Amino acid sequence: MSETTAGVVFIAAMIAALAATYRPLGDHIFRVVTRERHNRVERGLYKAMGVRPDAEQRWTGYARSVLAFSALSLVLLYLLQRLQGSLPLGNGFGGVEPGLAWNTAVSFTTNTNWQAYSGESTMGIVVQAAGLSVQNFVSAAVGIAVAVALVRGFARKATDKLGNFWVDLTRVTLWVLLPIASVAAVALVAGGVVQNLADFTTAQTATGGDQTLTGGLIATQEAIKNLGTNGGGPFNANASHPFENPTSWTNFILVYLILCIPFSMPRVFGRMAGDDRQGYAIAAVMGVIAIVSTGLVVGFESFANGTVPQAVAAAMEGKEVRFGVADSGVFAAATTLTSTGSVNSFHDSFTSFGGGVLMLNMMLGEVAPGGVGAGLYGLLVLAVITVFIAGLMVGRTPEYLRKKIGAREIKLASLYFLVTPALLLIGLAASLAVPANLESMQDSGPHGLSEMVYAFASASNNNGSAFAGFGANTPWFNTVLGLCMLFGRLLPIVLVLALAGSLAKQRPVPATAGTFPTHKPLFVGMVVGVTIVLVALTFLPVLALGPLADGLQ
Amino acid sequence: MARLPRWIATHLAALRAVLVLTVITGVLYPLAVLAVAQIPGLDAKAEGSLLYDEDGNVVGSSLIGQSYTDADGEAVLAYFQSRPSMAAGEDGDYDPLVSGASNLGPENVVDALPDPALGWDGDENASKSLLTQVCERSYAIGEREGVDGSRPYCTDTGVGAVLGVFYSEGTTGEVTRVVSLNEPCDASPFLPEYEGVQVECAEYGADYAKAIITPIEGDAPAEPEVPADAVTASGSGLDPHISPEYAALQIPRIAAERGADESAVRALVDDATTGRFLGFMGEPAVNVVELNLALDGAYPRS
Repeated sequence: MSETTAGVVFIAAMIAALAATYRPLGDHIFRVVTRERHNRVERGLYKAMGVRPDAEQRWTGYARSVLAFSALSLVLLYLLQRLQGSLPLGNGFGGVEPGLAWNTAVSFTTNTNWQAYSGESTMGIVVQAAGLSVQNFVSAAVGIAVAVALVRGFARKATDKLGNFWVDLTRVTLWVLLPIASVAAVALVAGGVVQNLADFTTAQTATGGDQTLTGGLIATQEAIKNLGTNGGGPFNANASHPFENPTSWTNFILVYLILCIPFSMPRVFGRMAGDDRQGYAIAAVMGVIAIVSTGLVVGFESFANGTVPQAVAAAMEGKEVRFGVADSGVFAAATTLTSTGSVNSFHDSFTSFGGGVLMLNMMLGEVAPGGVGAGLYGLLVLAVITVFIAGLMVGRTPEYLRKKIGAREIKLASLYFLVTPALLLIGLAASLAVPANLESMQDSGPHGLSEMVYAFASASNNNGSAFAGFGANTPWFNTVLGLCMLFGRLLPIVLVLALAGSLAKQRPVPATAGTFPTHKPLFVGMVVGVTIVLVALTFLPVLALGPLADGLQ
Repeated sequence: MARLPRWIATHLAALRAVLVLTVITGVLYPLAVLAVAQIPGLDAKAEGSLLYDEDGNVVGSSLIGQSYTDADGEAVLAYFQSRPSMAAGEDGDYDPLVSGASNLGPENVVDALPDPALGWDGDENASKSLLTQVCERSYAIGEREGVDGSRPYCTDTGVGAVLGVFYSEGTTGEVTRVVSLNEPCDASPFLPEYEGVQVECAEYGADYAKAIITPIEGDAPAEPEVPADAVTASGSGLDPHISPEYAALQIPRIAAERGADESAVRALVDDATTGRFLGFMGEPAVNVVELNLALDGAYPRS
């Protein structure tokens, strides 16, 4: 079997695995977030948190809780890093210096996990487990909670209540993320991922040198960092490090973990909306975009266009032998189609077009399938824009799931769509206007611009992967990229919750013969089209100057 | 107790929620998995797949590659060589404290030449392009293994074959001047002339920013004899594997150095080779660390 054929079988096996768990996993999440009664464990936790689980919140209260939780997470993670020197199990590392601690705290609480730190030389076991891993759980749970709140907006009628954030947060963490992560972590240990409390082990190598081997609670962090589409790993080399991703089959597991919850969320949507076909339609939109994009990345990497790849005769720079070119391409596509950002190969060294598709994946707004929760709410906003455009074509008031899309709804949806392009392009333009910033580009010419575009696409969309040659650790970029991460996460969440609040208040309109069916292939095709057209119009100029110019030289 | 203002109450709840969830996901979860990882069969893997010599000393991990070079960084010929590594720390390459990749792009083809007075090692502003690194490695390996090390876009002196071409109209028009960008003066350029214009060597400090960068493919075979993984750095810098092709290329040298039969060495290579999992996941790979340990066991260095 050729490498490309093996890669195609790998993709087919992945699709089969995701299809097999679409219903059971989606149904499980549905039951978790809609169950009426609170069990004893949950009641105990609510008591410890001091929240009343039966008090449902309006959209404003829900948003306030999300913001307060994110703010406190940020502050506590910052303090934990700063105080590392006085904590046990710190591997002898001192406190993390303020700029880096701030950047890391922002990036983990926003589910971005931009890795400005080098884990093996700055972050001890306590910070990794009780700080970074915890945010990997809860920032993922926040995303799912917000998505569920938006779906409640569609499903409920004539109410201003969207559920209780603390209940959603607790239940998703406890009954969705924790069980899957635990099973996955044990499987990863069986593959060779380390899980111990050792700091360093010194080995005498065959040629008489010393090699310092690292330890830590890696398997538990690896499982949740991918399951929660976070991406920030314990080591600098992330999932290309053999202690994080030792074999070709752990690689398969990691890609599956990245994709399983985002691809099951449409099922939750369909169940809650009372029409499974609506879920299939959304899953189909995600699937179509994801398959095309993955095929393009694997194709471009296998074709190895470009001067260095042709000199090498394969795009092997930055890739591991055990994964090969094709499976590295699949991982890269999965991590940028979601908001994950973990890497098993280094995107800066990808072929120009392959790297360009990775950028495009993020610019699509990470909706195919997107981050846990974030992908679903992103795609539902695009669906709202699609029915609006369809409504304009036939001159009818647009509806989605029998809710009218009026002026307020379309304003919120449009604002949502504009947030990330605005952050990305304004941040990029402002950075390019300052001559000193050009020194951060490692490569000259179009590839240097690609590095900076990638950095802003990654931060604004909360992805976290990088063209890592880019020198982002300057005061300017720490600040500006930090702001992009913060606004790129929180503004869309507030807008989505506002949209949910305004939808929940409506009474559903009766479906008539003129209602545009949103579960048929025509609608799927239109959402795909709208997604691509909107993004192409927004980003084509900058893509032309970066990856396209790079690859067409 | 009087009711707290709502915004304080919300933040208090948030604080308590973060702390409660930290206990569950940051303490109980990793420790529970740690406990499971103590089960025999899992425990050695959780410890890092460590390898021991007969005295019980740790000699490495079967998952973490090592560099088989001497104190000067020269290859020790009695060992199979690993891939190039960008994880260069205090103990040399393959240092797990500084895992990472080169992050150099596919069109990174022009060297920053060193001040001739200082040389490559003395001038910290000088750096070799990814293309030149690939060419250099290929020729070095070709020489070591006795095969043709040539590659497309490489000069036969082992640097990137890249011209800077000046045109009369900027990017179009007549060719007015041509510089071989990676060949410092007074090397004689790999190509005597381009489009009828004589090719110059690259002057240190000269400004070639207006030249169009033009890589020259040359006539080397498109599938070079030195395999791809041998001339590229991995993502982690700790890749414990090489391709079966790179292992096969090294067998004659190892057999000669160790005084062993090539077929016996080939058998050791086969033992250290893993195929694709289930026939389609990943790529066939030879574990260099395990292979070299087996080699030391079977044919100790004299």
